[in-house]
Amino acid sequence: MIRESFAEGSSWIHGIDPRLRVSGAAAFAVVVAVSYDFKALFTALMLSLFAVFSARLDFRTVAQRLFAPAVFLLLLWAVLPWSYEGETLTTLGPLTITRPGVTLCAQISLKTICLMVAFMALVATMTVDTLGHTLNRLWLPDKMVHLLLITYRYLFVIEQEYQRLLRAMKIRNFHPRTNLHSYRSVAYLVGMLFVRASERARRVHCAMICRGFNGRFVSLRAFPPNPLNPIFCLGVSLSLALLVTLEWVK
Amino acid sequence: MSSVILNLTKIRYGYPGGPLVLNDLDFHLHVGDRIGLVAPNGSGKTTLFHIIMGLLKPLSGTVEAFGEAREAEADFIEVRRRIGLLFQDADDQLFSPTVLEDVAFGPLNLGKSREEALTVARNTLDFLGLNGFEDRVTYKLSGGEKRLVSLATVLAMEPEVLLLDEPSTGLDSSTKDKLIDILNELDLSFVLISHEFDFLSKTTGHIYTMDGGRIRFDQELDIHTHEHAHLMGKQPHRHL
Repeated sequence: MIRESFAEGSSWIHGIDPRLRVSGAAAFAVVVAVSYDFKALFTALMLSLFAVFSARLDFRTVAQRLFAPAVFLLLLWAVLPWSYEGETLTTLGPLTITRPGVTLCAQISLKTICLMVAFMALVATMTVDTLGHTLNRLWLPDKMVHLLLITYRYLFVIEQEYQRLLRAMKIRNFHPRTNLHSYRSVAYLVGMLFVRASERARRVHCAMICRGFNGRFVSLRAFPPNPLNPIFCLGVSLSLALLVTLEWVK
Repeated sequence: MSSVILNLTKIRYGYPGGPLVLNDLDFHLHVGDRIGLVAPNGSGKTTLFHIIMGLLKPLSGTVEAFGEAREAEADFIEVRRRIGLLFQDADDQLFSPTVLEDVAFGPLNLGKSREEALTVARNTLDFLGLNGFEDRVTYKLSGGEKRLVSLATVLAMEPEVLLLDEPSTGLDSSTKDKLIDILNELDLSFVLISHEFDFLSKTTGHIYTMDGGRIRFDQELDIHTHEHAHLMGKQPHRHL
């Protein structure tokens, strides 16, 4: 259901302390999000591509994962250029394509791709469970971390339950069609899934209470020191400094 | 201290909108008891376990554990430390991503340091013959492995009593044999729910049944053997 293919690599990026990777990615995201200068944005794109290259990720998979945001961007390109006011760039029949509209689209596209790629290289290269514990160490509220970890753990169980219910429907010859019977059956399926999930949640909570759970997770994870950690820090700091210079120092 | 661990008197419990599941139930457990419970589905065995652990509050009656009456939530914290409950569905019990983290969860909650918790967890896994399982992902274990790991998570709390809810269900015969060996090796009192007489006869000393929301101590089931004859009877065989 969740494929963590990127997390299985063994590049030097995979070995960097996850806390540094998450904070680095977050800082990078902030800087890129507030940048509008194309020099800065292209540099950021280069940097994130370099990160993907260093993490030795499969480029095909990276491209596939960019598909979803690409659809969203296409939507943007279909609407923004003619609906944004400003200096006319060209006219397409009754539509006026404006320069600020196109510029904005280009900026948004660059930022999106840049951040997606950077997060794939830095954050997707750890398992969800490592990410949870990392966020915990980075002082994210306990509740949010629990939510992430437990959702991740039980997503698989709920998916199994979904498959089981679906099989039960299929062996009795259920074919989804456009009729009330189909809608009702699918609604039952979804409803049943909710009921089962909440029952499951109750039982898991009971099991946790039985083992002395008092609302606080204690993480066992230790992050081993890595000689490359300072180098990674330096690299990220220099990259951020470069982006800030390109954007704000004229 | 007397040898009575659990003393439940006149327990009544019914789920909202339903009939009473437990009706004036009395139950005692002494140190060293190994009790099997056989009863039809829906007769309240699991409910009884949940009442002992304080997960459900009885409508009336008293729960006494380790010589003290237990009523409020805070009273049960000690009970939960000293009594380990193995759930029917291992997926309910294993919620951490990796086996080692799950087994160490209980000891950590008991206030042990990280190193202590890890040592206890590793020792427990060793004891159950689960070496090398530390970093396995819990949801990817097989059914039998999940059951043994759940048992590890309970044993890591170093309980004095075990409540086992259908531990043998869905296990193949070799895992079942392993579980029997483990239970016989443990020096613990336990109550075990099962529908398999074969399994019960190899692990428990007394077998009780439940009827009308009560445990029938007067109808203790005895494991016994019959002599009988049939064709090919000389060949080694089993009756299921």
